[in-house]
Amino acid sequence: MTDTPVLLSLTNITKRFGPLIANNAISLDLHRGEILALLGENGAGKTTLMNILFGHYVQDEGDVLVLGDGGLAALPPGSPGAALKAGIGMVHQHFTLAENLSGLANIRLGTEPLLSFGREGDARAKVKRIIAESGLDVDLDRRVADLTVGEKQRIEILKALYRDAKVLILDEPTAVLTPQEAEGLFVVLRRLAANGLGVIFISHKLGEVLAVSHRILVLRGGTKAGELVTADADRRAIADLMVGKAVAEVVRIPALPGETLLEFDGVSLHAGGRQALSGVSLKLRAGEIVGLAGVSGNGQSGIAALISGLAVPTSGTMRLYGEAVAKASPRDFVMAGVARMPEDRQHDGVVGTMSVADNIAIEDVRSPAFSKMGLLDRKAMRERASAAIAGYDVRCPGPDAEARLLSGGNVQKLILARVLEREPRVILANQPTRGLDVGAQAEVHRRILAARDRGAAVLVISEDLDELFALADRFVVVHAGELSDAGPSEGLDRGTIGLMMAGQARPPVGIAS
Amino acid sequence: MSFRLEPREHASVGLKLTVSLAAGIVALLLVAIPVLSAGGSPIEAYGLMVQGAFGSMFALSETLNRATPLILTGLACAVAFRAKLWNIGAEGQLYIGALAAVCVGSGLLQLPPALMIPTVMIAGFLAGGLMMVIPTIIKQRFGADEVVITLLLNFVVILFIQMLVEGVLKDPLSMGWPQSVPLIAEAKLPKLLPRLRMHWGLIVGVVAALILWLMVRKTVLGFEIRAVGENKAAARFAGIPVDATMLKVALISGGLAGLAGVGEVAGVKGYLSADLSPGFGYSGIVVAMLAGLSPIGTVISAVFVAAVFVGADSMSRATGISSYIADLVVALSLLCVLVGSFFLRFRVKFERRQVGA
Amino acid sequence: MDALFDILGSANFWAAAIRIATPLIFGVLGALICERAGVLNLGIEGIFVAGAMAGWLAVYLGAGLWGGVLVAALAGALFGLLHAFLTVILGLSQHVSGIGITLLATSVSYFTYRTALPDVTSPPRIAAFQPLNIPGLSDLPFIGPALFQQTPLTFLALVFVVLVALVLYRTPLGLAIRAVGDNPASVEAQGLSVVGLRVGAVVAGSALMALGGAFLTMSAFDAFFFGMVNGRGWICIALVVFASWQPGKALLGALLFGAFDAFQIRLQAQIGQVVPGQVFLMLPYLLSIVALILVARRADYPRALLQPWTKGQRH
Repeated sequence: MTDTPVLLSLTNITKRFGPLIANNAISLDLHRGEILALLGENGAGKTTLMNILFGHYVQDEGDVLVLGDGGLAALPPGSPGAALKAGIGMVHQHFTLAENLSGLANIRLGTEPLLSFGREGDARAKVKRIIAESGLDVDLDRRVADLTVGEKQRIEILKALYRDAKVLILDEPTAVLTPQEAEGLFVVLRRLAANGLGVIFISHKLGEVLAVSHRILVLRGGTKAGELVTADADRRAIADLMVGKAVAEVVRIPALPGETLLEFDGVSLHAGGRQALSGVSLKLRAGEIVGLAGVSGNGQSGIAALISGLAVPTSGTMRLYGEAVAKASPRDFVMAGVARMPEDRQHDGVVGTMSVADNIAIEDVRSPAFSKMGLLDRKAMRERASAAIAGYDVRCPGPDAEARLLSGGNVQKLILARVLEREPRVILANQPTRGLDVGAQAEVHRRILAARDRGAAVLVISEDLDELFALADRFVVVHAGELSDAGPSEGLDRGTIGLMMAGQARPPVGIAS
Repeated sequence: MSFRLEPREHASVGLKLTVSLAAGIVALLLVAIPVLSAGGSPIEAYGLMVQGAFGSMFALSETLNRATPLILTGLACAVAFRAKLWNIGAEGQLYIGALAAVCVGSGLLQLPPALMIPTVMIAGFLAGGLMMVIPTIIKQRFGADEVVITLLLNFVVILFIQMLVEGVLKDPLSMGWPQSVPLIAEAKLPKLLPRLRMHWGLIVGVVAALILWLMVRKTVLGFEIRAVGENKAAARFAGIPVDATMLKVALISGGLAGLAGVGEVAGVKGYLSADLSPGFGYSGIVVAMLAGLSPIGTVISAVFVAAVFVGADSMSRATGISSYIADLVVALSLLCVLVGSFFLRFRVKFERRQVGA
Repeated sequence: MDALFDILGSANFWAAAIRIATPLIFGVLGALICERAGVLNLGIEGIFVAGAMAGWLAVYLGAGLWGGVLVAALAGALFGLLHAFLTVILGLSQHVSGIGITLLATSVSYFTYRTALPDVTSPPRIAAFQPLNIPGLSDLPFIGPALFQQTPLTFLALVFVVLVALVLYRTPLGLAIRAVGDNPASVEAQGLSVVGLRVGAVVAGSALMALGGAFLTMSAFDAFFFGMVNGRGWICIALVVFASWQPGKALLGALLFGAFDAFQIRLQAQIGQVVPGQVFLMLPYLLSIVALILVARRADYPRALLQPWTKGQRH
């Protein structure tokens, strides 16, 4: 592959954020027709590098060179417009689509003189041609808000191809896809590369990197840890390059399930003007972890809202310790010993401008532990916070530091400290390790397993199948608001779960309990 | 040479004070332009304003008298804005509070002053509070933006007051002026000093500021208001009753504005008329913002704004420069403080960019 | 009931409805452009005052009527630029900045008026716009006096409705404005400037708002009065929600409002002895509130409204 011309070259890119060096003298070349994987843990500097390449950030040192008519030329830093013009297309992890416009409108956006008329026909013809060549089939006239995640991603890729991109960058493109949809994406990418496109594929998932790429560049802690040809790569070696040190496997002992603590019985939920859940039944038993798999947006948030006390079933019954829950009250759930970790911890988990101590006490602030006659007991709050900081290794300047200054991993530890300290009987862990580095991940997993072993009933919702395999005693899959029966995780393979996530298969015989 | 913005981790009290002070100074410097264009000398004009606002016991009393409703409407806005409840209706709430004072205090009840005054104040507080609770309920039930509703209600309330003081509440002894029947003597707030207009409403305002300060720092309610204001989603998730907290804020906010109306009726005018307030409710927004929404700061900024108005009146009589200069100072102070808040959030760093070899 | 038909059957009523609607059409269109781009402009009330004063003063000082219109638009654009600087470039609170702009624009206008005319007791007058006589149309029975005997600014307002709709729905610029109010990242990722689009929209929208004010002093009346805007700007902010941010519906909303207001004035003349006049004056404000409550639940707010944007920001 390295015999084709270089499309893009990064030379010694360095980017600092205050004392943190996000990228340290990183260089790479991308050739025509090549799929280059950028592999690394969260926080390794992948996204920063791509944001520099695309002009969202300005590098402190180094150059981005792109092949133009006169050979390789440096891009002016900090200009997405220049990057686009030079033929770089980027598909962000969070889509950059105007949801109130059609797919075609999003593709045309910014490609025509601002005051011009009647160019839609030409645009449509060109997009149709690209669709035919690439296989990226999608309805161009529907509002983006009404498209599925996979379709939105296709619009994003079409946006780049419509601008005659020479280089396509995809940032964690499979995070929102089922395994089958991801396979479909790989087919498209191989086809595009065969037609001469250069592709940079950013991922932290080793398996798919090995499946789709020609060459792999491993980043670790902001520096280039290694560069290798995929065909010669050894899985174990890459994993070591990526992580840098051997991470102790979390040891798991078999579950000893006890009585049912939380039960969904034919639960349906209507939320946001649509049916979020229909006829869901599920039992969470003491001393057992249930893993909930599914493509995001298939009903996970409905289940999480119910267990968080933010909603009550529209029909059917949710029973906590055998009693039907009649009223949506997060406070009642907290008081009843339900620990809840929110999916979006920065948004729902902490009040950023309040202190660590405030955020640890926030669920309990009315209890006698932290207030008397409506007056706060600041001393008790600070003591509790100090204990939590020590016990859960929350890295922060102290109990009075504002929570917004904490990193994602430390916010999650803060939330763990807040909810686990009360020895909860039921635990909802919604995307418990999303965005955390390996060390923090292991810590969170250890805490969750310890809570299970203590006798808590746990539901783990995750998009990361590896995480579910590491934690879950039983598996359920949610698709289109319906839940599969819960089966033991032993004997399950990823393919089966993937099909269930896509709604194409019932659990195999033997799983259904 | 280029510059770059760095988010600040923490803004110290000293920095906040500096920014507020700088904002006031910049506003005064900017206002020199219209003063010059009107043919005046800024230094002379500002000198006259300071003298007019603080130059004598009488001037000081007038300033503090003017500051009294501003402290209360300022607190009304500060407490609401902290909870991200955009109460722009303090003007209307002030009038409704004043109306309640007149309804209760003009002869309906006959109590000794020790009971009468608290009764009138509670009535005004509740009426003003209700006036803010209603738009808050509308916001919660129907999702309608409280900014526009409270703004429009100001116009409705003033027309309603006009209607009453020309109609059922009209004082038969007012010789045709559209004003209400007067309060009975027992309901009136005593003056602080003989022959000066300053009245006990000022003490009420300062005490209210102290209570709010303690509430924010020391109470569960204050904790919950902060949480709801800073991050509603996280507050709800953590089990804080968001809607109920908002309603409490609305009651307190509208109630404080209502108290401002009580003070004007019971402490200054003695009767209700549709020109009771020259925009105290709107100025309250500025007062609160100048104070960075701090209760104690509100007292200080209320005195500043009052001094600007009182001083400008006196300066205007002496120089012929329009007293609208006061509104200009106040508006520019608000915008300067807003720009100042940018520097509280970011630190501007000048640096040379290193160009790669 | 007869009274109702008498009112609806008079050409004079319909002419008044359109006249009352005209400043609102300007105002709602202006607010619509700002909000479509993601910026709430509560400076509207003060920008109305500034447009009314600046346009009037320019004409009073000798500029032609259209010169006055231009000066008004420029005054509005200037305050719009300030609002855009504070909210788009510095990313400060749109609520507070808007209120500040309203206070500033109002006080600057009042101060300028007082300083320019220190000694007048009654407001001086100018020769304001006169109703156009459109050959053929203005002379039609009933329809003519009802619809076609308006001043040029009314027709200008209607032209702007078409123009704004055309730009918003038929040009790439409109596409970009609608996109930037929904998700600024979509615009940035396609190489357009979020700041440029938003600043442009706020400046243009504010200029339109100022024309609404100019209509008051140069068409509806021929002089400037303190307090003459009287909440019209706030009503536009309510109407733009009612209009779901669409120019056609904005026109409809303004006309409905104008018709209602013209109706209450006439009704007041008929039953004013029984009901105090203030009740009628309250109705437009109450109507706006009720309209806002009715549409609030299904209002499709531009998703990025009130959200400041910094370059390269993820969400």
